[in-house]
Amino acid sequence: MAAPMLRWGCRGRRWALACVDGGSCHRRGAPTGSTSNRIRGQSSVAQQPLHTAQKPRKGEHKWAAVVGLEIHAQISSNSKLFSGSQVRFSAPPNSLVSFFDASLPGTLPVLNRRCVEAAVMTGLALNCHINKKSLFDRKHYFYADLPAGYQITQHRLPIAVNGSLTYGISAGKECGQVIPKMVRVKQIQLEQDSGKSLHDDLRSQTLIDLNRAGVGLLEVVLEPDLSCGEEAATAVRELQLILQALGTSQANMAEGQLRVDANISVHHPGEPLGVRTEVKNLNSIRFLAKAIDYEIQRQISELENGGEILNETRSFHEKLGCTVSMRDKEAKQDYRFMPEPNLPPLLLYDATSLPTGADPQQVINIDQIRETLPELPSVTRERLVQQYGMLPEHSFTLLNEVGLLEFFQNVMKETRAEPKKVTSWVLNIFLGYLKQENLAVSESPVTPSALAELLDLLDSRTISSSAAKQVFEELWKREGKTPGQIVSEKQLELMQDRGALEQFCYSVMKDHPQVVMDVKKGNPRAINKLIGLVRKATLNRADPAVIKEILEKQLSS
Amino acid sequence: MLARALWLGLRVPLGGPRGFTSKTDPQGSGRITAEVIEHLERLALVDFGSREAVARLEKAIAFADRLRAVDTDGVEPMESVLEDRCLYLRSDNVVEGNCADELLQNSHRVVEEYFVAPPGNIPLPKLDEQEPFPHS
Repeated sequence: MAAPMLRWGCRGRRWALACVDGGSCHRRGAPTGSTSNRIRGQSSVAQQPLHTAQKPRKGEHKWAAVVGLEIHAQISSNSKLFSGSQVRFSAPPNSLVSFFDASLPGTLPVLNRRCVEAAVMTGLALNCHINKKSLFDRKHYFYADLPAGYQITQHRLPIAVNGSLTYGISAGKECGQVIPKMVRVKQIQLEQDSGKSLHDDLRSQTLIDLNRAGVGLLEVVLEPDLSCGEEAATAVRELQLILQALGTSQANMAEGQLRVDANISVHHPGEPLGVRTEVKNLNSIRFLAKAIDYEIQRQISELENGGEILNETRSFHEKLGCTVSMRDKEAKQDYRFMPEPNLPPLLLYDATSLPTGADPQQVINIDQIRETLPELPSVTRERLVQQYGMLPEHSFTLLNEVGLLEFFQNVMKETRAEPKKVTSWVLNIFLGYLKQENLAVSESPVTPSALAELLDLLDSRTISSSAAKQVFEELWKREGKTPGQIVSEKQLELMQDRGALEQFCYSVMKDHPQVVMDVKKGNPRAINKLIGLVRKATLNRADPAVIKEILEKQLSS
Repeated sequence: MLARALWLGLRVPLGGPRGFTSKTDPQGSGRITAEVIEHLERLALVDFGSREAVARLEKAIAFADRLRAVDTDGVEPMESVLEDRCLYLRSDNVVEGNCADELLQNSHRVVEEYFVAPPGNIPLPKLDEQEPFPHS
């Protein structure tokens, strides 16, 4: 199923360099020609801007990694790409198989309109040129879960080409900013998925389930513009969010709806690209990043120890955290591509080329699909930043967790609290609790309404923020109490009685004359100690700002 | 499934623009080297084994080689005889499937509702590890 090999020429392209041995990858050198040094922080490795004339010195251990990805996304459709059997995960074996899927003689492919629309939609969302004419080809290889002996794919002329995918790499926790990056999309092709093989080594047999055979796939081929595991993982995550926003794929990696192969090589900047290896079937974003970074390091140490890199397929061993050779392509595979004789070219139309009087069921209008495109994640994030004044990084986090954005928006609808406060509570406290217990947003014991009510209490200064945290912890216990009930049961309201508070301040000052002296001598921190003592005396039920005000008044009198 | 694989393995290269006849005797006597046989066996996961099987393959190639007699210079190849037809688009409805019992009747061996195949693409023994082949 591996796609046609990526082309690695790209003569004119200037590679951005990842400083692989100098720290994490987004602390990178400036691209060719620029003299600005955008490395953040402490990197001790001098990053010389790469000019073609400037040859890297011999023995200088500086490597750049080049990573390209091929991503297979299962199209979310009711039926398969070329047959009317159902697409469903974990059904009884071979129950979702038509005669065509089993490749019985005399059966013919009939293209599913929905799959074509999904491909066009995805192509548009990835800024691709949509080919008004695309072609189907047969790619041959023999495997028991591919009963026809070939896969129908788009080898010569795919449905979409020359796009781009923009993603963002965090610039570091402190500043909350996100550095936008772009990877070119070479092409998107429609193709069939294969069946599944279960290997029974003990009895030396393979069990074949064809339920997946013939499910529509979008193969998205990215140009090798990436340079480390984090970039690859972030780009794939962004693609996943886009596919989910479009509804063209559920893109759940754990269920195999999104599968990634990575082509990886390393070289010295300014020298030709190195021999690449392909790491297959990466089925979680975390493993994707790990496998790529491992493979980059492995290639570097191999080369530095005088070894050579073989052009081979490797797989990632999840338990050991390393890649191992699959030794399956000793000789180059010959896929014997040929045009698919049973499918005429796929023609698409736009508003200007739409034939008059054509059956609307039989023509696909690219412009019409463009109009139905939903809001894409990048636009949603921008809207969040504009509307609520949140940091770009926070908008990324809100979209990254399934359901978190909806939760946030529901809280916003019901609370009077400032967006900043809500963002901070949702991302720090709420998400922190979820992460700690490894829960999804949908499994949260705290509802958006409960959090909204809690934030209202905080906003109206009915409770202090430390009391609010206490209430949140109570809410998390799923005892069915509202924040208001918890506050009154635990007597967490802030003391509103100013006279009583003045009394507390007075007695604290009386009991700690030494601290009072320190304040009067001009030690600015001494007053904090007094505030702390008063808060303690009030069992944390007093507003520190009010205490400070009273103390200052009493001290100056 | 394997019989089908064998059939495709033999048929498909012949249908392509270039068969592997270039690897055989250029005079068209259709004699195949042991290397070509081994390559085919790996691709098709089929052990040709017998002299008759190889003879049949040689005959098939000789048959297809007659295509070379046709002068196609300057003729743009068609993609398909249907290339000027509209590609029919089907609505995304589930209308097939649920016929595992019928499909599994085609299988030589079945475990539960699964087809049983020989273990995956395990490479066949290397050429030099094999018994001497009659043709080499």
